Amino acid sequence: MTTQDYLQILLFFAVLVGLTPILGNFMFKVFTGKNHLMKPVFGWLEGLTYKFSGIDPEKETTWKSYTFDLLIFNFTGFVFVFLIQLFQSQLPLNPANLPNVSWHSALNTSVSFMTNTNWQGYSGETTLSYFVQMIGLTVQNFVSAATGIAVLLALIRGLARKTIDTIGNFWTDLTRSTLYILLPLSILFAIVLAGQGVVQNFKSYETFHTLEGATQVIPMGPAASQIAIKQLGTNGGGFFNANSAHPFENPTPFSNFLEMLAILLIPAALTFTYGKMVGSVRHGWTIFKAMLILLVLGLSISLYAEYSSNPIFGNLPLMEGKETRFGITNSVLWATSTSAASNGSVIAMHDSLSPLAGMVAMINIMLGEIIFGGVGAGLYGIIIFVILTVFIAGLMVGRTPEYLGKKIQKFEVQMAIIAVLAPNIVILLFAAWASVSSQGLSGLNNSGPHGLSEILYAYASAAGNNGSAFAGLNVNTVFYNLTLGIGMLIGRFGIILPVMAIAGSMARKKVTPSSTGTFHTDNWLFIGLLIAVIVIVGGLTHFPALSLGPVVEHLLMNKGITF
Amino acid sequence: MSTKQNISLFNRELAVTAVKDSFTKLNPALLIKNPVIFIVAIGSLLTTIIVLKGIFDGVFSSFNFYIAVWLWFTVLFANFSEAIAEGRGKAQAESLRKNRTQTVARKLEGLHEVSVNATQLKKGDIVICETGDVIPSDGEVVDGIASVDESAITGESAPVIRESGGDRSAVTGGTKVISDKIIVRITSEPGNTFIDRMISLVEGAKRQKTPNEIALSILISGLSIVFLLAVATLPAFFSYSLSASGLPESSNLTLPVLIALLVCLIPTTIGGLLSAIGISGMDRLLQRNVIATSGRAIEAAGDVDVLLLDKTGTITLGNRMATNFIPAEGVSVGELADAAQLSSLSDETPEGRSIVVLAKEKFNIRGREVYQLNAKFIPFTAQSKMSGVDYNSEDGRSHQIRKGSSEAIRSFINNNNGFYSQKIQDIVSDLARQGATPLVVAEDNRVLGVIHLKDIVKGGIKQRFAELRKMGIKTVMITGDNHLTAAAIAAEAGVDDFMAEATPEDKLRRIREEQADGHLVGMIGDGTNDAPALAQADIGIAMNTGTQAAREAGNMVDLDSNPTKLIEVVEVGKQLLMTRGALTTFSIANDVAKYFAIIPAIALSLYSGKNGIGPLSALNIMNLGSPQSAILSAVIFNALIIVMLIPLALKGVSYKPVSANAALTKNLIIYGLGGIAAPFIGIKLIDILINI
Repeated sequence: MTTQDYLQILLFFAVLVGLTPILGNFMFKVFTGKNHLMKPVFGWLEGLTYKFSGIDPEKETTWKSYTFDLLIFNFTGFVFVFLIQLFQSQLPLNPANLPNVSWHSALNTSVSFMTNTNWQGYSGETTLSYFVQMIGLTVQNFVSAATGIAVLLALIRGLARKTIDTIGNFWTDLTRSTLYILLPLSILFAIVLAGQGVVQNFKSYETFHTLEGATQVIPMGPAASQIAIKQLGTNGGGFFNANSAHPFENPTPFSNFLEMLAILLIPAALTFTYGKMVGSVRHGWTIFKAMLILLVLGLSISLYAEYSSNPIFGNLPLMEGKETRFGITNSVLWATSTSAASNGSVIAMHDSLSPLAGMVAMINIMLGEIIFGGVGAGLYGIIIFVILTVFIAGLMVGRTPEYLGKKIQKFEVQMAIIAVLAPNIVILLFAAWASVSSQGLSGLNNSGPHGLSEILYAYASAAGNNGSAFAGLNVNTVFYNLTLGIGMLIGRFGIILPVMAIAGSMARKKVTPSSTGTFHTDNWLFIGLLIAVIVIVGGLTHFPALSLGPVVEHLLMNKGITF
Repeated sequence: MSTKQNISLFNRELAVTAVKDSFTKLNPALLIKNPVIFIVAIGSLLTTIIVLKGIFDGVFSSFNFYIAVWLWFTVLFANFSEAIAEGRGKAQAESLRKNRTQTVARKLEGLHEVSVNATQLKKGDIVICETGDVIPSDGEVVDGIASVDESAITGESAPVIRESGGDRSAVTGGTKVISDKIIVRITSEPGNTFIDRMISLVEGAKRQKTPNEIALSILISGLSIVFLLAVATLPAFFSYSLSASGLPESSNLTLPVLIALLVCLIPTTIGGLLSAIGISGMDRLLQRNVIATSGRAIEAAGDVDVLLLDKTGTITLGNRMATNFIPAEGVSVGELADAAQLSSLSDETPEGRSIVVLAKEKFNIRGREVYQLNAKFIPFTAQSKMSGVDYNSEDGRSHQIRKGSSEAIRSFINNNNGFYSQKIQDIVSDLARQGATPLVVAEDNRVLGVIHLKDIVKGGIKQRFAELRKMGIKTVMITGDNHLTAAAIAAEAGVDDFMAEATPEDKLRRIREEQADGHLVGMIGDGTNDAPALAQADIGIAMNTGTQAAREAGNMVDLDSNPTKLIEVVEVGKQLLMTRGALTTFSIANDVAKYFAIIPAIALSLYSGKNGIGPLSALNIMNLGSPQSAILSAVIFNALIIVMLIPLALKGVSYKPVSANAALTKNLIIYGLGGIAAPFIGIKLIDILINI
C-alpha cells in the first residue's frame, strides 16, 4: 500500500465522521417534526400526499397497527413489481423490446427490491425495461429504505417514550423520510453523478462499430437517478449488470469516492439521530464507534490479505476481478463497505477477493448487517445486539438489566432471540441444503472450499438483505430464485416483526432514572462489550461453516493450492 | 443469631442426599424444566443407545463410551448443583420448622377446648396459649398479653411482649409462651406459614422461577437453538467438503461427535447452575434470618435504588445519650453535673444512665447510694414530663431536683416562684437547632443548667451510606422528629434526604412519588400503620416484632427485627444478579476455546492429500494429542467446570459496594477474560492427562 492509499482511507472516514452529525441532526429535525431546510421545498408535497391518501399525519397508532400498515404497504409494492415484470413487453418504455420475465425470476426480484436486498438474479440491461427499472425498482429503492427508517423510528419512540401505547404513524414516517431525506439527497447526488458522466437518458441501446470492426451494443438509460438512490438507500441493485464497475455507473475516481461514501452515509448519520432522539447523543456515538471499529477491523484484515504475498503470486497484487481503474485499495474499501452496510453494489468481484478478504465480506453480512447496515435496518439490528449485551453483561452490575432506563425482560429477550435466529436459520439451513442437493450444486462454477463459500455467501447475502453476490454461482434457477426469495423475506420480516414488538413493549414501560448504579451504555467499556457479543454470537454460529469454506481455502492457498 | 447456621459447603450428610437426588432428578418431567440440560440428557441417551447398539453388533467404541459417560456426568453434575443448593436451603429452613411439627394446639370450639395437631389448624381458628405452650402456627393475638420466647426463630434469648391490639400482636408458630395467657387467631392456612412458604422457595420441584431467571433461561435456550442449527447443518457442509477432498461419505461426522460438539457449545455451565444460584440466594437471605415470601422479591432487592430508613435503630442507636453539661449563669459545671447525676441515679432509662456515666467520666463524680441520702426518686410520667429526686440535705432541709423538657421545668420553676432566664431558653433553642434534645435541670427555684442529650449516629453508618451512594442507591431518613432535629441528624449521618414529622400517610405518598419517577423503593417497617407503605414498596421488609398485617403486607420478614437488615437484603439481591451475569458471561466465553479444540479435530482429514493431516490442523493452537482426545477433553472440561463452579454458585461472586462501572470492569476481567482463558488451559491439561 502506498501513502496515497492510507491518505484516501483516512479521508474517507474523516468525511464520514464529519457528515454524520450534520445529516444526523437534519434527520432529527425531520423526524421530530421540527422546522428544517427541506420543509419549504417539499412541504406542499407532504401535505398533498396526506390529503390525497386521506391520512391524518398526527394520528398515532399502536405497534400492531403500525406493523400492519407496514406489511400492507410492502405487500402492495411487491405485487405491483411482480406484475409489471410479468407483463413488461405490453408496457411502455421498453425500447429494447425485452420479453416478459419468468415467474420465478420476477418473484425473486420483487421480493428482493421490496426487502431492500436488491439481489439481482438477472442481468439488468438484458432483462428489465426502463419502465420496470424506474416505476418498479427505483420506487422500491426509495420506499424500502424508507420502510427501514420507519421501523427504526418506531423502535426509537418505543425506547424514548414511557408508559404509552402508541409509537407513531407509519404513513407519516414513510412520507417524511422519502420526501425530506431520500429524495433531496438523491436529486443532489444524481446531478453530481451526471456531472461526472453517469448516463441519464431514455435512448435506445446504441450500436457502435469498434476499431477492430466488431459490433458493440452500448446500453443506455436513466442510470444516474437510480444509482443515486441505490447507493444512498443501501439498495445496491445496479442499473447495469456490472453494477458500479460499469463506467456508465461509476466513471471517475471522484464519483467512486462519492458512491462509496453514499453507501455508509445515511446509516452512519442515523446513529446520531438515534442518540439525539433517545436523549443521549453520547450513546449514539457509542454505537457509531462500535460500528466503525468493526468496519475498520474487517477492512484491515482484507487489505492485509490482499496485499500480503502468497505462494502463487508472490508479492504481485491480485488484480483479477478487481476494479482496475481504481485499484485494490478502493476495491477492498468498497467491498468492505458494501458488505457491512447491506448495500450490495460492487466495483470488484467478491468471488475474486483473496479467501480472507472474501471471508470478511461474508462475516460482515453474517453478523447480521449491523456494521452500519441497511438504512434503518442496520441500526435496529444492532439495537437487538445492544439489548442482548445489556442483558448478558448488565446483570454483572447487580441489577436486573435495563436499557435507556427500561427493564429488559422475558418478552424483549424472546423477541431479540427471534431476530438473531431468523437470518441465521436462512443462512445455515438453506446453505446446507444447497451444498448437498443436486439443484444447489448444479449452479456452482468453482469446486472445493471456494464453491462452498459461493453458496454460503449467496444465502448470507439474501438473509442479510445485502444483495451483493460472490458470483461464480448461477442463481437464476427455480431453486435459487425461490430459496433466496424466501431467505430475503425471513431475513427482512423475521427481524422487523420482533423489533416492532420490542418497540411496542418498551413504549409501555416506565423509565428508571440513571445513577451510578446503572449499567452505562455510553462508554468504551460498553463498546468493547458490544463488539465482543456481536463477534462471539456471530462467530460461534458461523465458525464451523466458515472454517470449511474461506478458512480452509486460505490455508490451502498458503500451500499453493487454489480452486 | 443462634439459628444462623454456617452449613459448610459440602457437609457430608447433605452431599450424600444430594448425590441421591441427582439421580432422581433424571426424571424427564423434572429435566424438561431446564431446556439446556434436557438437550444434554437427550444427547447422553442417544450416545448410550449408539454404544449399546455397537456392543450388540460386536463393535465396541471406547471413544463413544467415554463420550456417553461424560455426557451423563454433565447432566448429573447439573442436577447435583441444584440438589445441594436445595439441601442447604432446606436444612436451614427445617431448623426453623422443626419445633412446630409435633406441637399440640389447644383449639377453642365455642367454649370448649379441643386438642388438635398443629398442622391441622386452619386460618381463622382460635387457640389458647398459656405459660409453657408452644404457639402452634402464625397468628394474631386477639386477647391477653404474654411474654414470648422467640429464640427458636430469632435466636434472641430475651423474651418479647405480645399483646392484643397495637403493633405487637403478631405471633409466629414455633415460639413459646413463657408467662401469662393469650388467645390467638390463626392467620395462615396449613402448610402456608412464612416458614412453609420459604421452604417451597428453596425446593427445586415446587420452586417458581423468578422473572429474570425466566428471561435468562430464554436467552440460553435461544443460544442453544442457534448452536443446534450450527451443529445440525455441519454434516451437510462436511459432506460437500468430503466430496471436494475426494474422501468417502462414510468419513462424515458421527452422531456422538456431533452431540459432543453441541453439548460443548450450548451454555451448559449457566444452564446447569442457574437454579442453584437462585436457591442459594434464598438461602443466603435465610442465613441472615430474613424470610422472603416470593423469589421475585430478592431480584427486586437488587434493583432497589431508594431506601426509606427509619431513623431510630437504623441510623441512630435507639437512645439519646448525654454528651455535655451546660451550666446556667452563676452555677459551676460540677454543681450541675452533681445535681444531674443525683437526679438520675435511680433513673433506669438509657438516657438517665447515660447522664450518670457522663458525670462519672467527665467530672469523676461517683455514684452514690440513693438510700443513704434518704432520697426519694420521682419517676417520669406522661403528665409531669420530668423526673428527679426529693432529698434532705445534711442541714435537714428538703430539696427537689428535677430534670425534664424546658416547658416542664419552666412551670416547675414558676410554681416555686423562681426565675427562668432568657439565657437558658437560648441554650435550649440552640441545642434543639443542632438536632439535640435539651434536658433542663433545676433545683427548687433555681435553674442549674441544661444537659445536652444527643441522638448518637451509629458508628460506620455514614460510611455505609457513602457506599450505597456509590452503588447508586439514595437513602431517605424517616423520622417523627421536627424538621430542625431531623436535618441535623440527616447531615451527620450523611443520608441523601429525610422526611421529618413523617406520618404513615407521608411514607406512602413518598413511596408512590418515587415510584412514579421510576425508582424502586425498599423500606422496613413494623406497625399496622406501616402496612400500606410496606405493600406499596417494591421491597417491604416487615419486622418480626411487628403486626400480622405488616408481615402480610411486606414481601419479606426479618426475624431479627433489625432495621439495618434492609441494606443487607439489597446486597444479597445484587450479589444474586451478579452471580447470574458472571456465570452466563463465563459460559459463553468458554465456547471460543472449545471451537479451537473440536473443529481442527473433526476436520483434520479434509483436503489432506496423502499424509492425512489437512490444513485445518493449523487451528489446533492448543496442540492437542489426537482428534479423539481433543473432543473428549472438551467434553470432560465442560462437565467438570460445572462441579468446580458449584461453590461459586452457592456463595455468590465476591461482592463489594462499588459503582456499576467498577463492578462491571472487575467481573468482566474475571469472568469474561477468565472465561476465554480458562478452557484453553483446562482442555490442554485434560488432554495431557488423557494421553499419558
